[in-house]
Amino acid sequence: MFEKLLAALQAAPWAQAVSESTWLFPTIETLHVLALTLVVGSIMVVDLRLLNLASRNRSVRELTSEMLPWTWVAFVCAVITGGTLFSSAATRYWGIVPFRAKMVMLMLAGLNMAVFHLGAYRGVAAWDRAPAVPPPAAKLAGGLSLLIWVSVVMLGRWIGFS
Amino acid sequence: MINEFATWLASTRANDVVQNVTWIIPTVQSVHIVCIAIVITSVAMLDFRLLGIGGPRQSLADTARRFLPWLWCGLVMLALSGSVLIVGEPARELQSSVFWLKMTLVACAIALTAVFNVVLNQGATFWERNRVIAVVTGVVSLGLWLSILAAGRWIAYAAHG
Repeated sequence: MFEKLLAALQAAPWAQAVSESTWLFPTIETLHVLALTLVVGSIMVVDLRLLNLASRNRSVRELTSEMLPWTWVAFVCAVITGGTLFSSAATRYWGIVPFRAKMVMLMLAGLNMAVFHLGAYRGVAAWDRAPAVPPPAAKLAGGLSLLIWVSVVMLGRWIGFS
Repeated sequence: MINEFATWLASTRANDVVQNVTWIIPTVQSVHIVCIAIVITSVAMLDFRLLGIGGPRQSLADTARRFLPWLWCGLVMLALSGSVLIVGEPARELQSSVFWLKMTLVACAIALTAVFNVVLNQGATFWERNRVIAVVTGVVSLGLWLSILAAGRWIAYAAHG
C-alpha cells in the first residue's frame, strides 16, 4: 500500500521532470540548502539564548517573536524543496537509513519544541530578561534542539552519500 | 602551477587519510553546512536590518555587535573545514572554475563586510544618514552571499576544467 503510494509520487509529472532534468535537482537542492541554513541558524539564535550563551541582554519573548517567523517561512520552503527532491526518487530514498533517521530527528525536534512551549515557556515572564537566567528545563530544550538540528544536517548530508 | 599543487596535494598522506576514512568527508561537509547556517543567518539579520526590514527593536550598531562576531568566527570555521575538503579532493576543487568563481565572490563579500564593519566602528550614524548607500550595500551583500552558497553547491555538479 505505502510502496504503491511512493511509486505514484515518483510517477508524478514534477517528480519525473526533476529526475530527468540535469539542472532541476541541483537548483532545488541549492534552494533547500539556503532554506535549511536559515532554519538552523535562526533556531540556533533562540537555542543559544535559552542556554544563556548569547543575546543575554535580549528579552526571550522579543527574541523568539523576532526569529520564529524567519524559522517558519524557511521551514516551509525547506519542506517544499525537500519534498520535491524526495519525490524524484521516492522509493529509493525511503529505503535509505539516513533518510529515515532524518525524519525521526525532525519529529523529535517538533516534540522537543512542543514540550518546551507547553512546559518551561509558560513561565517565561519570570526569566524573560537578564539578570534572570532560563530554568534548567529551558536550557535542556535549547541544548536538545541544537543537538537535534545538527544531527538533521548531518543525516541530510549522509543521504547524498548513500 | 595550480595543477601541480593539486597533483602534489593528491599525493600527500593527508589526502590519503581524508579519501579513505569514509566518514571524514560527510562529517566535514556537515560542519561546513552548520557554519554556513551561522554565516547566512548572521548576514540575513545584518542586511535586513540595513535595509530597514528586520529587527526594528534593536539599533543597527547593536545588531552588528550581536552578529558580526558570529559571522567572522563562522567564516574562519568555513575556511578550515573547506581546507580539509580541498586536501581530500584537490582536483574537484582547485581545477573547478565554479570553485574559483566562489573564491572570487568570497573575497568580494569579505571585503564588503569588512568595509561595513570599519565604517560602523567609526560611528553608527553613517548608515542611518546615508539610506541609499545602506540599501545598496544590503542588497549587494545578500546577492553575494547567496551566490556563494549556490556556487558551493554547484562545485559538486560542474565538470572539471
